[in-house]
Amino acid sequence: MSADSNDPGTPTASAVAAAVRAGTTTAALVVEQHLAAIAARESEIHAFNLVLAEQARDHAAQIDAAVAAGNDPGPLAGVTIALKDNMCTRGVPTTCSSKILDGWKPPYNATVVDVLRDAGAIIVGKTNLDEFAMGSSTENSAFGPTRNPHDTSRVPGGSSGGSAAAVAAGFAQVALGSDTGGSIRQPAALCGVVGVKPTYGYVSRYGLIAFASSLDQIGPFTSSVEDAALMLDVIGGHDPMDSTSIPQPHPSLTEAIQHGVEGLRVGRITDLPEGADPDVQERLEAAFDALRAAGATIVDVQVPAFTFGLTAYYLIAPAEASSNLARYDGVRYGMRVEAADTNAMYGATRAAGFGDEVKRRIMLGTYALSAGYYDAYYGKALKVRRLIHDDFERAYQHADVLLTPTSPTVAFKFGDKGDNPFAMYLCDTYTIPTNLAGHPAMSVPFGTGAEGLPVGVQILAGTLQEPVMFRAAAALEREANK
Amino acid sequence: MSAYDGLPGDWQLVVGLEVHVELATQTKLFSASPNRFGDEPNTNIDPVTLGLPGALPVLNEEAVELAMRVGAALNCTIQPCTFHRKNYFYPDMPKAFQISQYDQPLNIDGYLDLPNGVRVGVERAHMEEDAGKSTHIGGAGGRSHGATASLIDLNRAGVPLVEIVSRPDIHSADDARAYVNELRAILLAIGASDAKMEEGSMRVDANVSVHKPGTPLGTRCEIKNVNSVRSVGRAIEYEARRQIDLIESGDTVRQQTRHWDEGDGRTHTLRTKEDADDYRYFLEPDLVPLAPSAEWIARVVAALPMLPAARRTRLAEATGQPADSDAVTSVVERGQDDYVLAVAAGGGNAARALVYVKEAFADSPAVPAADLAGLTLLEVGGALTATQAKAVLAELVANGGGDAAAIAAAKGFEAMDTFALEGFVDEAIAADPDAWAKFCAGDGKAMGALVGLVMKASRGKADGKLVAQLLNQKKG
Amino acid sequence: MSERISAAVVAKVARLARLDVTPDEIDRMTSQLDGMLGHFADVDALDLSDVIPMTQPFPLVNVFRADIVRPCLDRDEVLAAAPAAEAACFRVPPTGGES
Repeated sequence: MSADSNDPGTPTASAVAAAVRAGTTTAALVVEQHLAAIAARESEIHAFNLVLAEQARDHAAQIDAAVAAGNDPGPLAGVTIALKDNMCTRGVPTTCSSKILDGWKPPYNATVVDVLRDAGAIIVGKTNLDEFAMGSSTENSAFGPTRNPHDTSRVPGGSSGGSAAAVAAGFAQVALGSDTGGSIRQPAALCGVVGVKPTYGYVSRYGLIAFASSLDQIGPFTSSVEDAALMLDVIGGHDPMDSTSIPQPHPSLTEAIQHGVEGLRVGRITDLPEGADPDVQERLEAAFDALRAAGATIVDVQVPAFTFGLTAYYLIAPAEASSNLARYDGVRYGMRVEAADTNAMYGATRAAGFGDEVKRRIMLGTYALSAGYYDAYYGKALKVRRLIHDDFERAYQHADVLLTPTSPTVAFKFGDKGDNPFAMYLCDTYTIPTNLAGHPAMSVPFGTGAEGLPVGVQILAGTLQEPVMFRAAAALEREANK
Repeated sequence: MSAYDGLPGDWQLVVGLEVHVELATQTKLFSASPNRFGDEPNTNIDPVTLGLPGALPVLNEEAVELAMRVGAALNCTIQPCTFHRKNYFYPDMPKAFQISQYDQPLNIDGYLDLPNGVRVGVERAHMEEDAGKSTHIGGAGGRSHGATASLIDLNRAGVPLVEIVSRPDIHSADDARAYVNELRAILLAIGASDAKMEEGSMRVDANVSVHKPGTPLGTRCEIKNVNSVRSVGRAIEYEARRQIDLIESGDTVRQQTRHWDEGDGRTHTLRTKEDADDYRYFLEPDLVPLAPSAEWIARVVAALPMLPAARRTRLAEATGQPADSDAVTSVVERGQDDYVLAVAAGGGNAARALVYVKEAFADSPAVPAADLAGLTLLEVGGALTATQAKAVLAELVANGGGDAAAIAAAKGFEAMDTFALEGFVDEAIAADPDAWAKFCAGDGKAMGALVGLVMKASRGKADGKLVAQLLNQKKG
Repeated sequence: MSERISAAVVAKVARLARLDVTPDEIDRMTSQLDGMLGHFADVDALDLSDVIPMTQPFPLVNVFRADIVRPCLDRDEVLAAAPAAEAACFRVPPTGGES
């Protein structure tokens, strides 16, 4: 069963949960359907590092037993979910698609994992990613790439390629990914599903294996805007285990999407960096038209510093990553290469355990922070970040949401970016600035481009403006489905 | 700045002390596992302590309270502050970075006054987390040199520390010891730490350099592994002489970290690490700034107990003894000063009480203040001699109190009135006219014979001092 | 940001990051990093003199936890995941020079 949002047969997560709670279907049946989909195509797609068939069946049985006993199993009862393999699941291997953590089983759950389980969601597997979430194609996984379900000669995007593919292929109702520079939104666009990065601090990062601490956020992949709203309503909220978690409760997004976009001001960024393919541009224009037709007003805005996002990001993110990944030293967990002394052990372990892209970013980040270079690189990048943030804030005085392409291209072929890391970095041109600003953004599928491949359109909004962002997304989705 | 006694020529010693103090909280600085010394290895651990992937720090409010107390007690300015990551690799450092404070620390610009009046500036007192412990096995003496492996216990990792950095205002080993002792007394008084050097809850590193007056400051060396107050003094003295010898022989002092070996009484170089100290400090993105409110700061300052220096001053004023006298410093150190003041408040003589308490009680006096007050009055009033008072005191101590006058009477100590005393003195003069003549002629030793006669006649009840007084009066 | 990076600096950075690198890797990384730094020179044109660095995406202050003990991890489970353990501790090769 494919989860194409254009297919009216795809049930929503809330419909599934309602049916399970009402007893008109069973969690066991829902799980079997998804496990069958996995069995049919997983060997071709490789969305998962680990499928948790037995655990899923066990949990489904518990849910069904709860329903039979008249207990409330939660708002996501029976909803199958795939988790990006950088979220800690107690007793279940969590690898970040890296050799250095191959086989490591966390002794604790990420907060979102506990929240989902308490809500009755059923984890069907841990999905593949670019190693330590560094990449835009999932080609950097140490365990082999994931293939795009729409065309298996092409990438699903990254770094959350496995999660995006899992939803696109119907392996799970929903999935979670993490987004540091676009790692949810870009694969969502390439796989034709909805992907959301919420405001920084909206969802707890406790148990999310860190890449860049001031940029990372967890968010959902779904086949409908409604499901994404439900997912964020469940997983969003304050967590005392995460100091950067926003203290105030969030308004219901499920409620917000009931409202239309009359009078909504949709901003077109006139100084947006060029580089999007013509098919992607065409879809963006169609999206503006659709929103206009739905009652929104289109306004021109400028975000002059937008174009410097790549530079600021590729100094800040690797710098934080170089520090976050220093703990992979072979001392307490994970892979170790034995040596005569600890420094030799560190050097050999990390050389053997990390892939090329991870090493490259650790080097770049270490350099950017090092004595004599801090001001020129990391220090400067933090100032550029301020400019980007402030430019966005000014734009939001004139617009409620902004609209851009998500990815400059549709899904590209494996190996397309060759040996040039910077070519790969350009995939995130449109997604990176929102991470730097801490703002929310989401990708909504909006038709197809070259080769009939999915195109996503990105909606951006200001801090904690998820409700208005989701309203625009819902309107776009309605127009796309006409 | 006075020359250091014991350094040759006009060499002067410049010392700054960095003291790390473990705060007396229930839990660690950034996570909720216990902050306890002496537990089985690796039993006080959690994902944050272990530096597990995905773990995040959350700041312990009580640690902030205690850190602010330390700053307030050291007369610091308490200010809004941030946390930074200090990045370096070491097996007892689970995240391969330490969360510390860098350019915006909690407490700055304070001072500590030594009992001898020297004021030592405190540049900063910032918060940071402790590392775990490494034990080196297979080598000699537990040192890392020659070891075959290291064993890592992370119980201590994450324990809250305050690092107190003094300005280089210390110019003698004695003052260095006094600084450490005074700091310890302050920490105990405010309840911030148990400050036990032997358990590692207070650790001292000394930065030592030498120079001659009027010349620039010398290159300093940092001395580590100083594990007792005594070692503080010994290590500084050794290091000062080592540097002087180097300079006088034409060599230069290289800036380095040295390890104090209490066994052989010397400092040794630690093998220098390549690229040793590029810590790549950057703001800790997993934490948010700390900005204690003016109300919180005021509360902390107001709640400070009287600190040792103020206690010594108070006791000195009450007893007429110098604040840096042995009696005053010991009694304050033992926490007995409130008791002495209570004796005075009850009408007793503070000066005598001070003497009694210092001599008779190791810690908390187990004699009601009123009872001791009575004894002091008997002595200063002349009813008892100093010797007799001591005997009564011993009985008060043994019985946990009592009526001093009644005890004195029971022992046969009577008030000897001056008329009777004068009578004994006159009898003694009459009995030994030779001694009297010599005494009048200026021979002090002759007094002894006369006093002895008076003592004999009075069966020891005469007060020797009063007898001497009377003899001098009669001499004219 | 118009200076570029040399192989000697790359080797030094690799040591700082505790990453063993072969001479070939140093060469490759040097040219890749140099290329990236060239791209990043675009921000040299900006006047950042009055700009305050942005470190926090969402402005929070004073986030605390109460000083209350919570259950610890099971030591056996943790040490079972360790590459080497002895005497209830993590075992590593000698640290080679520091105490």
